[in-house]
Amino acid sequence: MTSKTITTSAYEWVDERLGLSELAAFARHKTVPVHSQSFWYYWGGISLFLFLVQCFTGVLLLVYYRPGAEAYESVRQITFVMHFGWLIRSAHSWSANLMLFAIFVHMFSVFFMKAYRKPREFGWLSGMALLGLATVFGFSGYLLPMDELSYFATKVGLEIPVAIPFIGPVIADMLRGGPEVSEFTVQRFFALHVVVLPALFLPLLGFHLWLVQRYGNAVPPREESKPLSERKNIPFMPSFLRKDLAMWLISLNILALLASVFPWTLGKQADALSPAPLGIHPEWYFMSPFEMLKLLGNWLPGEFGEIAGLLLFSLGIALWVLIPFYDSTRESGQRGRTAHYFGLVAVILLLATTAIGYWTIR
Amino acid sequence: MSEHIVLDEPKPTTDDSTTRRAFLAAAGAAGLCYLAALGYPVYRYLASPSEMASNATAITEVTLKDAQKLAPGSALMFKFGTAPAMLIHHQDGTWVALSAVCTHLGCTVQYEPQANRIHCACHGGVYDPRTGANVSGPPPKPLKLFKVAVNETGVDVSRT
Repeated sequence: MTSKTITTSAYEWVDERLGLSELAAFARHKTVPVHSQSFWYYWGGISLFLFLVQCFTGVLLLVYYRPGAEAYESVRQITFVMHFGWLIRSAHSWSANLMLFAIFVHMFSVFFMKAYRKPREFGWLSGMALLGLATVFGFSGYLLPMDELSYFATKVGLEIPVAIPFIGPVIADMLRGGPEVSEFTVQRFFALHVVVLPALFLPLLGFHLWLVQRYGNAVPPREESKPLSERKNIPFMPSFLRKDLAMWLISLNILALLASVFPWTLGKQADALSPAPLGIHPEWYFMSPFEMLKLLGNWLPGEFGEIAGLLLFSLGIALWVLIPFYDSTRESGQRGRTAHYFGLVAVILLLATTAIGYWTIR
Repeated sequence: MSEHIVLDEPKPTTDDSTTRRAFLAAAGAAGLCYLAALGYPVYRYLASPSEMASNATAITEVTLKDAQKLAPGSALMFKFGTAPAMLIHHQDGTWVALSAVCTHLGCTVQYEPQANRIHCACHGGVYDPRTGANVSGPPPKPLKLFKVAVNETGVDVSRT
C-alpha cells in the first residue's frame, strides 16, 4: 500500500465514525461579508486568541504558584528565581489586559453594527456574560500575588458590595472569607480564578462560538440595506481564516513585545499595618465604574448616595444588556437611532470617567 | 487517454513553483523560529527545579553541626545535596556515613541497630551497616560510602 492510500483509508475510517467530511463541507461553505467595517470582525477572534494565551500561561503559573499564606513568596519565586518566570507572569498579566481591551472593542463593534438584533440575541447575552466573567477573572487574579497594590485594590473593591442594603456586608464577608482581606481571601479567590470561573466561562464560550457558526457574521445596517447582489463575501476557508491567523500573529507579537519590554512588577508584600501606597487606583477596566460611583458619592453624600449610585449603575448595565429586546428588528427606525445614541453616550461616559479617574489620581 | 489528461492540466511555470516553494520554506522557517522562541523559555521555566537540584547535587561536602554528640548505636538522617543520607555511630565508636537511597528502586533505607543491618522496607533489601554492601534481597549495588571526619564542633561528610 502506498502512503497515500494509507492516509486516505485512515481518513475514511475516522470520517465514517466522526463525520469529518460534514464539518469540512460546512467550513467550505462558510463565508464572511466584506465591506468597509469588516475590520471589526477580527476582534472576537483576537479576544479568543488572548483567552487561549491566558489558559496556557495560567497553567504554567499554576506549576509554581501556592495560594494561601505563601502566595507572595511563591510569586516572588516565579518572578525572580524560576527561569523566565517573570516573562510568563508578565505575559499572563498583559494578555489579561489586552483580552479585556479586545472584548470591549468587540462589544462596541457588535453594538454599533447592531449585530445583537434577531436572531442573534443569545450571542449578545452570552457575550455580555463572558465579559462579566472576564472582569471577575481580572479582579480575582489581581489579588493572587498578594502584594501591596493587589491587597488594597481588593480591600477597596470589596467595600462596594457592602453598600448593598441588608445583604451587602454578608456578601462581602463571604467573598473575603472574614472581615479582612487575608490568606483566606487569596485561597478562595484562587479557587474562583482557576476552577469556578473557567468552569463557567468555557461552556459559555463554546455556546457563543457555536452561535457564531450558526448565524454567521452580522452586517451593519447600511450594508444590510443593499441588495444581495451588491454585497461581497469571501470564503472563510482559507481567505478569512488566513487573515484571522495573521491578526493572531500580530497580537502575539504585540503581547511578546509588551511582556518583555515592560515586565509586570511585583510590589512589596501586603501588610495590613502599612499605609496604602500613594497613587493607588483601580485597574483601567474598573476605573470608569469606580469614578462614576465616586462622582455620585460627592454629589449625593452618605449612604444614600452609595445606594443611588449602585442602583443607577445597575440600571445602566441592565439597559445595555437588554438592548436586543428594545432595538430588535431590522426596521426599528426611531428605536434603532435611540439605541445608537445610547451607545454613543455609553462610550463617551466610559472614556470621560476613565480620563477623570486617571486625571485625579493623587 | 492518459496523455490527454496530462495535457489538459495547467502546468505551473517554473517561476510560480519556485516562488511558492520559497514562500512555504520561509513560512516554515519562521514558524520554527516562533516555536523555538516560545518553547525555550517554557522549557527553562519548567526545568528550573531540576537545574536547582543539579546545583545542589554538585555539593561535595556537608558539615553536620553537633553531630559528634550522636550516641553510639544510633544513626542520624541528613541531606547530602538533595538526596537522603545517614550517619551511623557504631557501638565500637567507629563512624560511617552512606547514601540512604536504596539502590533497588530508590526508597529511603533505615538503620536497625539491634539487627545490625540497614533495611529497606519497600522490598526487603538488606545492607551491611559498616560497608554499605548489599547483603540480601533485591538491591543490585552497595550503598555509596562517604568520607567522615569527626571534630569537636561537628562531623564533616564528604564524597570519597
